[in-house]
Amino acid sequence: MKEKIELKDLNTYAEKTWCPGCGNFSIEIATKLAILELINEGFAKKEEFVLLSGIGCHAKIVDYINLNSFYSIHGRVIPPATGIKLANPKLKIIGFEGDGDAYNEGISHLIWAAKKNTDITLIVHDNRVFALTTGQYTATSPKGFKGGSTPKGTFEKPFNPIELMLASGATFVARGYAARQGHLKELIKRAICHRGFSFIDVLQPCVSFFNTYEFYNQRVYELEEKNHDVRDFERALKLARKWDYSSCDTKIPIGVFYQTQKPTFEELYQQKSISEKEKIQNLKKILEKLR
Amino acid sequence: MREISILIGGEAGDGTKLTGKLIGKILNRMGYSVFIYDDYQSLIRGGHNFSIIRAKDKNVKIHQNDIDILIALNQETIDFHKKHLKKGGIIIYDSSNIESQKGIGIKMLEKVQKLGFPKVLRNAIALGALCKILGIDFKILEKVIKENLETYQKENIKLAKFGFEEPEKKFELNKLSAKPKILLTGNEAIALGATKAGLEMYIAYPMTPATSILHFLAKYKDEFGIQVVQPENEIAGILMVEGVVYAGKRAMIGTSGGGFALMTEALSLAGMAELPILIVLSQRAAPSTGVPTYTMQGDLLFAINAGHGEFQRIVVAPGEAEQAFYLAGELLNLVWKFQVPGILVSDKHLSESTFSVSLNVEKINKTSPKLFKGKKGYKRYLLTKDGISPLAFPGQKNVITKATSYEHDEYGLTTEKPDEIVRMIDKRKRKKDAIIKEMKKRETVKIGGKKNSEKVLITWGSNIGAVEEVANNLGYKVIQPLYLEPFPIWAIEKELKGTKTIIDIETNSEGQLATILKCHGINVDKTILKYDARPFTPKELEKEL
Repeated sequence: MKEKIELKDLNTYAEKTWCPGCGNFSIEIATKLAILELINEGFAKKEEFVLLSGIGCHAKIVDYINLNSFYSIHGRVIPPATGIKLANPKLKIIGFEGDGDAYNEGISHLIWAAKKNTDITLIVHDNRVFALTTGQYTATSPKGFKGGSTPKGTFEKPFNPIELMLASGATFVARGYAARQGHLKELIKRAICHRGFSFIDVLQPCVSFFNTYEFYNQRVYELEEKNHDVRDFERALKLARKWDYSSCDTKIPIGVFYQTQKPTFEELYQQKSISEKEKIQNLKKILEKLR
Repeated sequence: MREISILIGGEAGDGTKLTGKLIGKILNRMGYSVFIYDDYQSLIRGGHNFSIIRAKDKNVKIHQNDIDILIALNQETIDFHKKHLKKGGIIIYDSSNIESQKGIGIKMLEKVQKLGFPKVLRNAIALGALCKILGIDFKILEKVIKENLETYQKENIKLAKFGFEEPEKKFELNKLSAKPKILLTGNEAIALGATKAGLEMYIAYPMTPATSILHFLAKYKDEFGIQVVQPENEIAGILMVEGVVYAGKRAMIGTSGGGFALMTEALSLAGMAELPILIVLSQRAAPSTGVPTYTMQGDLLFAINAGHGEFQRIVVAPGEAEQAFYLAGELLNLVWKFQVPGILVSDKHLSESTFSVSLNVEKINKTSPKLFKGKKGYKRYLLTKDGISPLAFPGQKNVITKATSYEHDEYGLTTEKPDEIVRMIDKRKRKKDAIIKEMKKRETVKIGGKKNSEKVLITWGSNIGAVEEVANNLGYKVIQPLYLEPFPIWAIEKELKGTKTIIDIETNSEGQLATILKCHGINVDKTILKYDARPFTPKELEKEL
């Protein structure tokens, strides 16, 4: 029997404290709609979803969605997500991180999740700035970004997360844009349905510290309109390199860059469970061997 | 003979550790209680490693440095340890590569090479010679080889026979009627105790001296139905554990001081989110990388205070393998009962030494935590009288369970309101009283030695073997707190009533247990501290008293 829920069932009583016009609102709505549709389509039950978040503006999203959640610490979304999935493979795990979480503090976990093909979805709210700490550069801030810690502009070139994830072995690599909510919702649905590590870098304008609406509006185009073959790794890599998260003279593709199938970490690490009786017999046997 | 100590030494890679274990097994089969101390350096080949095997007709939980039989596979064994050889003691050495004025030289390496076997098989010749000298029936040796060596069995037996024919019988080691006990390292005991209490997942990044828990559980994971995972680093490890317990399965992680330091931010998360995690902290001689394969008790105050902010935890410190088995199981149950992080503090000396144990495995059973039984309206952080909120897990119908690192309301949503903050802190604080109430029903302090003596030796962790032996010899009472947090001051005060002298014994340089005692108004009269990264032996300790 399919469970039918409404959007309001996914709301909590928490007061929203994002700035008016923040890209997070759109990501929240796109996520709720994606999950709502998946529940109503019978893909999974409400109680089977678990959301996780790191620390930063993005992270408040778990307080605003009425689903199981694990509000973690900065940069540490992927390890508890992996633990939850290992403990109960039936659950659908969706992690949210900021660029500071995913690409600064917790980058080792990100690369390892791609390497392991952990069956979780990771949505990165990539506003390319530390916002909650009032504006410092992050791993994806453009070269020359001026913030509280770099008044003369950062000298570093940003990471290209799409390229990084492709190189690390991720099996679902996508980019979304917060202001294209319908497109983003579809991406999130596809990511959740993908078996293996699903990664979406969401370009998210920060109205207070790095307002990029105009910049993205002029440059973003959807890959789905260009008949891109998501199975073509080389082409995906080329597309990923089109925009280096710094330059201003190019268009920015959004959509699924690459998707493939590989055995997941949880499948490979599946542990046959045994009965309590059998376990105790084995334990006693092993103790005998140790005499 | 009622007691014997054997030292076997060689380079790393010579196989002395395994041979030490086999000697332990042989003496175990002879009915003796056995303790094995492994001393090895942080390297893969070369250097000098040795094992001391001490066997006694009574319970033995510590080695002595005085040796009856020295088995040398390298020159250093003779050069370094000759001075510890007792009067009438015997040296067995490989005369292919070692020079010695006295002792029984056998050309072990030459023999093995002549037969075209790997160098490490010369241990079998040494074992054969040892058994002959001690008058041990060759059949016992043959059985031990067959049961414990998977490769080169026939070759080993052949070489053992060769060794057995070489020397003459020198001692008469009586066969005792006692049934051979189980030989267990501290780490194996911790793994087994947790397994018996329902451990479902072990996640750990390798770090000496905790690594052998990882190896042991990985080896037997199918027999125990335990998932074993090596994460990308310690931070990932503890957070994976936190995800696992949030999802309702019992998980443990093991590490040493450096790894534990990395985990401290997530330890605070476990305190705030009330996640029942179990950390094994096996101390090495630190700070920093320190002396990685040697022992010290420098992390007691760290374990008790690690993490930012105030939150309750339970810290236990077993001193020998039997205690390690029971306390690991007990702590796993307790962290689930009270939804707090637990830390089992061990050290290299306990973790990696081998003990003869008798275990009552039925004594440890998985106990059920407080679970949510309602149909709706679940609140993860429900305010209760004892501070313990019922647990529910993701996937459970009609339940939304929200764990969080932020201060939160009962439902688990972030709060910054002053009254809600105080209410939630008070709720978590109430768990301390509940834990203490529970502890008062249990043995939290172990009493040994001469129980009515006015002179007290107080110690914790792996010193107990040496301390108890000395106390029995010299007539001291021994107090060993098994729980360090909450600190069982009620039990200690009771035991100190009517006593006159308190001597604190620790293997660290500052006397950390003495510091805790002082915080509780107890001043020790003297501290005996050892911090050369080696454990106390009874003889050394006696000199200090």
